[in-house]
Amino acid sequence: MDIHEYQAKEILARFGVQVPRGGLAYSPEQAGYRARELGGNAWVVKAQIHSGGRGAAGGVKLCKTPDEVHAFAATLFGRQLVTKQTDANGKGVYRVWVEGASDIARELYLGFVLDRKSERIMIVASAHGGMEIEDLADKDPASLCRMTIDPAAGLSEFQARELAFQLGLKGGQIAQMVTTLRACYRAYRDLDAVMVEINPLVVTGAGDLVALDAKMSFDANALFRQSQIAELRDRSQEDPRESTACDHGLSYVGLDGDIGCIINGAGLAMATMDMIKLAGGEPANFLDIGGGASPERVVRAFRTVLAHGDVSVVLVNIFAGINRCDWVAQGVVQAYKEVGLTIPVVVRLAGTNVEAGKAIIKASGLPLISADSLAEAAAAAIAARPPQPVAPHAA
Amino acid sequence: MAILITEQTRVIVQGMSGRIGAFHAADMIRHGTNVVGGVTPGKGGETLLDRPIFNTVREAVAQAGAEASLIFVPPPFAADAIMEAADAGIRTAVCVTDGIPSQDMMRVKRFLRRYPAERKLRLIGPNCAGIISPGKGFMGIMPPHIYLAGRVGIVGRSGTLGYEAAAQMQALGIGVSTSVGIGGDPINGSSFRDILELFEADPETDAVMMIGEIGGPQEAEAAAYSRDHMSKPVVAYIAGLSAPKGRKMGHAGAIVSAFGESAQEKVEILAAAGITVAPNPSAMGQTMAMVLARHQAA
Repeated sequence: MDIHEYQAKEILARFGVQVPRGGLAYSPEQAGYRARELGGNAWVVKAQIHSGGRGAAGGVKLCKTPDEVHAFAATLFGRQLVTKQTDANGKGVYRVWVEGASDIARELYLGFVLDRKSERIMIVASAHGGMEIEDLADKDPASLCRMTIDPAAGLSEFQARELAFQLGLKGGQIAQMVTTLRACYRAYRDLDAVMVEINPLVVTGAGDLVALDAKMSFDANALFRQSQIAELRDRSQEDPRESTACDHGLSYVGLDGDIGCIINGAGLAMATMDMIKLAGGEPANFLDIGGGASPERVVRAFRTVLAHGDVSVVLVNIFAGINRCDWVAQGVVQAYKEVGLTIPVVVRLAGTNVEAGKAIIKASGLPLISADSLAEAAAAAIAARPPQPVAPHAA
Repeated sequence: MAILITEQTRVIVQGMSGRIGAFHAADMIRHGTNVVGGVTPGKGGETLLDRPIFNTVREAVAQAGAEASLIFVPPPFAADAIMEAADAGIRTAVCVTDGIPSQDMMRVKRFLRRYPAERKLRLIGPNCAGIISPGKGFMGIMPPHIYLAGRVGIVGRSGTLGYEAAAQMQALGIGVSTSVGIGGDPINGSSFRDILELFEADPETDAVMMIGEIGGPQEAEAAAYSRDHMSKPVVAYIAGLSAPKGRKMGHAGAIVSAFGESAQEKVEILAAAGITVAPNPSAMGQTMAMVLARHQAA
């Protein structure tokens, strides 16, 4: 689960990271007022959306007067900001963060991630901040310092000091870096984060270490014990189809094709999408109905898939272990009647209660297309599509 | 002999009194698994499915000689259940639970290192379908009738895609020695490499079907192990060729976040290590049949 920059800064500040003074605004008027309230003679105005790359997308600006803050904020509110990390629709701007501009002498990169190889929290840091970490890893991989943390011992001061020296910090900055690193580590550990990133972490003209940007992401599986983090969820930043599906126990990811997929199991769902693609089609979505799916959940899956406007055929592929083919078949028949389906549906059932499931499909008298194997199902789905418009360059 | 579970393995079920635990324990018993009891704190002394229920895993080990445990405990308490099994001296634990916080798994992995090799717990999962040695026994949630007994090992992250492979092989008359689901979480108990090691050492396994997916470094590690240390052929399939970068595809671990984690890159790494990669998920069985024929001819 992602949160906004200003929320990440508030959390990290609580743990001891230095952040610039700033204030949140829900309207251009508030943004201008925030600038006056903060004082000073330069402010950075930042659109709050769940995505990186906001600066390049025009979501961040250095302003010299409170009126300029007001005017720039007015261009942000209600806008869909498209960054290179979002899809073509972008993300809506409903909150703006205004903070006093910092005097930057040096920029560093600091990240905490879950390293799957060592199965530990890993610090990734670089003396060159400001760029995306992927670009940094491409252009100057040698500049990246990595360090893993033993969960039984936590982050030791000597480790933090070593890293501070490696980054070329000196004097009082060493102690500040140790404080910053330990604060990030504790925030990560105590709040069940999966990612903490400060990019850039700057050394100011006065020699202080300040987090100019901050990003945190949390383990959705741990939200049961992190209620104060769960409260920070912002549905305006989520794909509404995905959040609604999630509320109903379905795992859904919207894609660009026209073949709607309803499948059980993440691996089989990915494999079915692969099969569609290899057979010359494009999946409209990833959807895992999960284990023990009731007919009602199957109906809900149909509604979710069909909410995507471009679906021209639905492919149901179930290999039941903990699921039951007869329940799924009932769900398909029920969906056909309740949702008022007008597009072709291909159904492939295998595993637990498969005969009962196939019998229900057959007895329904509905124009459902049955398939016995994964390959057959994909081929049938592609064949059942209405004729595709011919691309101009292919003519 | 198979790996991890045979008809002799003395199995307990942690969380057997729950609806799901009881359902699958009954299925396991029906298919010949040697289930010797269950563990549910506070229900010790009761009987379920003609088996004794114990309050603690330690009691189950002492009184019923338990050596393996299947864990059906909800996510907030699952890590504790795994550590309890390890401390009580259980040697193989299979955890089906989906949704365990990743820092809990980090702690579990660190905890397991406390024990010397001769009494260390081997954890399979979490978020997996379990393990089955067809005709001998199983610990998990799979439909046992889709597995033909035979001499090919299966190891995969996804449960249902593992069923797909077993069914394709069954249709071609290819049987399975043991099938192991290692689970879809970013931090899991046993890796592909760990299970390949067991299959390589098992005299009743001739070849291995490995089913990976996007995300994480384990397929690449397995490729290097297969290239350097295995005499038996490995066939692989990697799911997620069509998955967009940076999006989580159902499994908590199925996300491309680093170099070498996409399906295309993994396929290249596996092929470079001499592993035969099935061209599509419907050809897992055929590819195995082809490799077995080639191997027998050689």
